[in-house]
Amino acid sequence: MPLISKKGIAKMEALIKFVEEGQIRTDIPAFRAGDTVNVYVRIKEGDKERIQQYKGVCIQRKNPGIRATFTVRKISSGVGVERVFPIHSPNIEKIEVLKRGKVRRAKLYYLRDKVGKQARIKERI
Amino acid sequence: MAGIIGKKVGMTSVFDENRKSIACTLIYVEPNVVTQIKTVDKDGYDAIQLAAFEKKEKNTTKPMLGHFKKADTTPKRKLVEFESFGDDLNLGDTVNVDVFEEGDFVDVIGTSKGKGFQGVVKRHGFSGVGMATHGQHNRMRAPGSLGPGSTPGRVFKGMKMGGRMGGDRVKVQNLRVLRVYPEKNLLVVSGAIPGNNGTYVIVEK
Repeated sequence: MPLISKKGIAKMEALIKFVEEGQIRTDIPAFRAGDTVNVYVRIKEGDKERIQQYKGVCIQRKNPGIRATFTVRKISSGVGVERVFPIHSPNIEKIEVLKRGKVRRAKLYYLRDKVGKQARIKERI
Repeated sequence: MAGIIGKKVGMTSVFDENRKSIACTLIYVEPNVVTQIKTVDKDGYDAIQLAAFEKKEKNTTKPMLGHFKKADTTPKRKLVEFESFGDDLNLGDTVNVDVFEEGDFVDVIGTSKGKGFQGVVKRHGFSGVGMATHGQHNRMRAPGSLGPGSTPGRVFKGMKMGGRMGGDRVKVQNLRVLRVYPEKNLLVVSGAIPGNNGTYVIVEK
């Protein structure tokens, strides 16, 4: 086992932070699980680019730093759809927070088993 | 073929020009010093010896101190030979991380993580014998038969069995250089490289 001193570990962590820092986006609004968000996603078709909106409930936020992702769930023509986005991805044009939800959990996996009225989330004021 | 000695820092991810998230490894590369130039006349082959990462003088043997003194440098921890590096290097010159450019493909050599004594399922990818049910037990991860019976009456050499795994010299080929930071002595390559964080690796172009 290599013995790395605490000083050495701090030095290596600083290097990782240095590489991540330049890519972390500061223009993303604060939101959490339970919030209804509208994600503007850049989509490339051939050499044309357009922006697609994806609206739904954020059911989880995951991972620290540059690897952070969030999952948005929506019901699309009767079928539940979940999409995972890297928060700091350059593919995200912007994120709008439409509604703040009052929830008692960090991960709302229970929503997958609920339909219709039961899948509602109270608004947080 | 240029090469350099570095240290594995750790992994993270970067977004590339296609806006895709790519897993990458950071390699810290202090300026390497040329400590010996081997020639066909003198040593029978051409090579360049690089040294990197400081070492205390009191922990260095006197013969090695003399070796470093020849190149007019301080004692170093890790010495590696590279063949066909190019011939415009002199004793005491430094080789920096900027021998690599973004988009280059490199090979990385390191010592893989030690796994201890492992069975054949993990070590050689065997699938194990038997089932959990039908009265069987203790056979889920067993190696099975080691060979035929009284002919040849022995187990062949090199039969794959359990044993020490990991801690081997491993080379990972064709990793793309994603970023080069000469001011930080830092190299970012795509994918994973062998070994623990903080271990020495050799990067070759």
